[in-house]
Amino acid sequence: MIHFVILISRQGKVRLTKWYSPYQQKERATAIRELSSLILTRGPKLCNFVEWKGYKAVYRRYASLYFCMCVDQDDNELEILEIIHHFVEILDRYFGSVCELDLIFNFHKAYYILDEILIAGELQESSKKIVARLIAAQDTMVETAKAEAGSVSNMIAQTM
Amino acid sequence: MNPFSSGTRLRDMIKAIRACKTAAEERAVVRKECAAIRSSISENDQDYSHRNIAKLMFIHMLGYPTHFGQMECLKLIASAGFPEKRIGYLGLMLLLDERQEVLMLVTNSLKQDLGHTNQYIVGLALCALGNICSAEMARDLAPEVERLLLTRDPNIKKKAALCSIRIIRKVPDLAENFSSPATSLLKEKHHGVLIAGVQLCTDLCKVSEDASNHLRKNCTEGLVRILKDICNSPYAPEYDIAGITDPFLHIRVLRLLRMLGHGDADTSEYINDILAQVASKTESNKNAGNAILYECVETIMGIEATSGLRVLAINILGRFLSNRDNNIRYVALNMLMKAISVDSQAVQRHRTTILECVKDSDASIRKRALELVFLLVNDTNAKPLTKELIDYLEVSDQDFKGDLTSKICSIIEKFSQEKKWYIDQMVKVLSLAGNYVKDNVWHALIVAISNAPDLQGYSVRSLYKAFQLSSEQVSLVQVTIWCIGEYGEMLVNNVGVLQVEEPMTVTESDAVDVLESCLTHHSTDITTQSMCLIALLKLSSRFPPSSGRVKEIITTHIGSVVLELQQRAIEFNSIIQRHQNIKSSLVERMPVLDESTFISKRAGSSQANISTEKSNQQLPSGASLKLSNGVAKPAASPLVDLLDLSLDDTPVPTSTSNDFLHDLLDVGLTNSSSSGVASASGTDILMDLLSIGTPVQSNTTPENGSSIKAKPNTATVQVVDLLDGLASNGSHPGAQSPVHPSITAYQSSTLKITFSFTKQPDKPQVTQIHATFMNLSSEAYTDFIFQAAVPKFIQLHLDPANSNHLPASGNGRITQTFTITNTQHGQKPLAMRIRIAYKVSNQERLEQGQINNFPPGL
Repeated sequence: MIHFVILISRQGKVRLTKWYSPYQQKERATAIRELSSLILTRGPKLCNFVEWKGYKAVYRRYASLYFCMCVDQDDNELEILEIIHHFVEILDRYFGSVCELDLIFNFHKAYYILDEILIAGELQESSKKIVARLIAAQDTMVETAKAEAGSVSNMIAQTM
Repeated sequence: MNPFSSGTRLRDMIKAIRACKTAAEERAVVRKECAAIRSSISENDQDYSHRNIAKLMFIHMLGYPTHFGQMECLKLIASAGFPEKRIGYLGLMLLLDERQEVLMLVTNSLKQDLGHTNQYIVGLALCALGNICSAEMARDLAPEVERLLLTRDPNIKKKAALCSIRIIRKVPDLAENFSSPATSLLKEKHHGVLIAGVQLCTDLCKVSEDASNHLRKNCTEGLVRILKDICNSPYAPEYDIAGITDPFLHIRVLRLLRMLGHGDADTSEYINDILAQVASKTESNKNAGNAILYECVETIMGIEATSGLRVLAINILGRFLSNRDNNIRYVALNMLMKAISVDSQAVQRHRTTILECVKDSDASIRKRALELVFLLVNDTNAKPLTKELIDYLEVSDQDFKGDLTSKICSIIEKFSQEKKWYIDQMVKVLSLAGNYVKDNVWHALIVAISNAPDLQGYSVRSLYKAFQLSSEQVSLVQVTIWCIGEYGEMLVNNVGVLQVEEPMTVTESDAVDVLESCLTHHSTDITTQSMCLIALLKLSSRFPPSSGRVKEIITTHIGSVVLELQQRAIEFNSIIQRHQNIKSSLVERMPVLDESTFISKRAGSSQANISTEKSNQQLPSGASLKLSNGVAKPAASPLVDLLDLSLDDTPVPTSTSNDFLHDLLDVGLTNSSSSGVASASGTDILMDLLSIGTPVQSNTTPENGSSIKAKPNTATVQVVDLLDGLASNGSHPGAQSPVHPSITAYQSSTLKITFSFTKQPDKPQVTQIHATFMNLSSEAYTDFIFQAAVPKFIQLHLDPANSNHLPASGNGRITQTFTITNTQHGQKPLAMRIRIAYKVSNQERLEQGQINNFPPGL
């Protein structure tokens, strides 16, 4: 299973973290720190796997962001690389040529997308189209609800 | 509206935080925002709660504490609208973890949402549950999730399946409830549901044996069919990755098949074909294809596969190993470690490639390759492999050297068949990476050297040469110092030169130079310096001409600020100055530690040994002879054992002095003239006690000094215990240590008998006599029988002799122990009549005699 997902920038800033195993706040901070130092110092041609505390950390660099997933020893590392790529492609389709700024200002949307791909540290959906459809549907619901709320409060404000 | 409530939108807050140049600025902004959020929460401001939680999440990601927002999340979850629930659940998953008690409060909301009509809200609830539920929540809500497994909506189904995985992991007892819904999931067509379903079945197998059997019986066929379909399916744009339809599903199904086929021959046979098909058909130029092949090989290794299939798997691994992509090579190395148990011959074929990987620039690959190499070492390839690894050790990175060194040392120790090779390799390793070598490793080296008398000269010379080149490696220096101290005369006199050695002359002053340079070098640590001092003392006895120079060197450390060095320097100086006569026996060749005992003890408690040895070095005991040589110390055996053991072989006539031992026990070694042992023979008492075999000085017995028969547990540290024990024995004033010198009881032209004595301090009347019989003629004796008669006031108890065959010319001896109780102890001395009967070339002989020269006090 995937124990956690971390997105860090080249300078070591955390852009997204998702934890599927129970880690305390302090443990989370330590994990992020240690993995950052391990990953950010690795050269470009080296393999994408690092061993850390009995787990394997699979990472890949996309532009200025490192996507890192921490898995058990007996998991298929190459498959995790594919899952990371799957996630990135969906983000790309959603934001349209995603860049780091998109993920900073719309972090909550990135989380929603991640929640449609992974649950309990396991893959949920292998079709990018279906994931995009689900997200789009939920976004529409939010828009509709906001529009209704807007109109109701307008009405109330008008009556006041 | 509250004038303090935050009007800033999420976007503006993020911009403001990013614009901060210093950490202090950022903290100020965050503090302001948090205050606004707090007041907004306390105001129960509905409009902005959505925005507030989003801001809180961002602040949380920066690392600031945000627990005041947790209740707000709960409120949002409980509200009716979809956007609020969405952000509420997200906040819940981010800001809380399963250990918080607040989480329990959500259970009710979750329950309601799980039954909601809006499928997206159900989805939200399942997602949250699947990510952070605790065991109690799992138990409470399991029935709901079970129900949802059977809905028609694939979105809900797949989420429910993954949620069930979490439930099973948290509460394994519930696994049986999910068994049958899980199997029905496998009949679906929707890929998302299939993936989740297969994963659920895999986890069920891990948790429950029954589920595993159930699945094996019912689902294997279905799984194979699924795999066949996607393997053979035409291009499907929705699921296509790199030309393969849904590699994720491929991999999951392969994994489940592995779990079902493990240990079960029928299932394995059934899935053979599909595995062969996947293995041969999948293209491996993209990562997706390689991932599938990897999983396939893992599965083949994990089930009872046919040999054809195994060959296929090993071939794939071989291809992976020579791939240029680092990821693939890493994965191949991983797999090969598992493949060794299946087919180690095939893996051996790739040895050269694996060795190349040990030298790779990538740290992860190096580590894997090293572990793999370690598993591959066997008797035939140990030597070339070690050579390769040592060559690499020279050029490896610092952080890798530690691992590499310890692996090399274990290989050398496990697979060395001849001592010479072992010593050679260890010297090389020590010269290259001595600083990374653990203490127990070079301790073992010293034990090995001391157990190999014919290689001692060679060892000390190799170490001397190595020292000239790499004197900064601490372990090398320590071993060299010890060996020069012990075997210095072999070094200088070129003793035991082997054919392969180049001629080398080392003078005494060269050897002393080495020690002096170590002692005075600025980076030498205390342990090494202490070892230098003791080695110098040994040399002053082995190299008499250099004794003066050694004394000078030692004297310079009398004023050392380190207590250990000062103490040693003073004491050794004293020995050199005033105790010439005992000096040589004090620094006699170290008694040899029995290798097999050492190894087994070390295997049991290596750490304990090292710590006791270290603590011994700091022991401020009165005994001055702290001969630390790094040899791991086995458990200290009591004084009596030592004395028992010792007096068997070396019966040397000596003059007596008990006071001399007392002197050694006094701190400061006051010059008592009663230690008046004018001759070297006075030292023989100590020699007896230590039963040292190799005499540097002449010995009256016709021993040829080659037999350092390893006496178990006679490590030199015993000397400390010995003297300690004696000190406690001599606790009441008048009582001398009960040591009586041995005597030659009977000597004729054909036979010599020597007696040596031990007494227990609390039983003055009882004496144990160890008799040694030696054949002085040139013919062997058989049927050797010894009889003795004593006066009436003495009781005699004879133990059986160790043999009755006495070889000629003193080549062997018979020993026999008997116990004498003198009821008139102190009044009448011992006397004994003896009768010896034996056969020489089938003729009977008889010798008789009377022994009157028992030492007094028995």
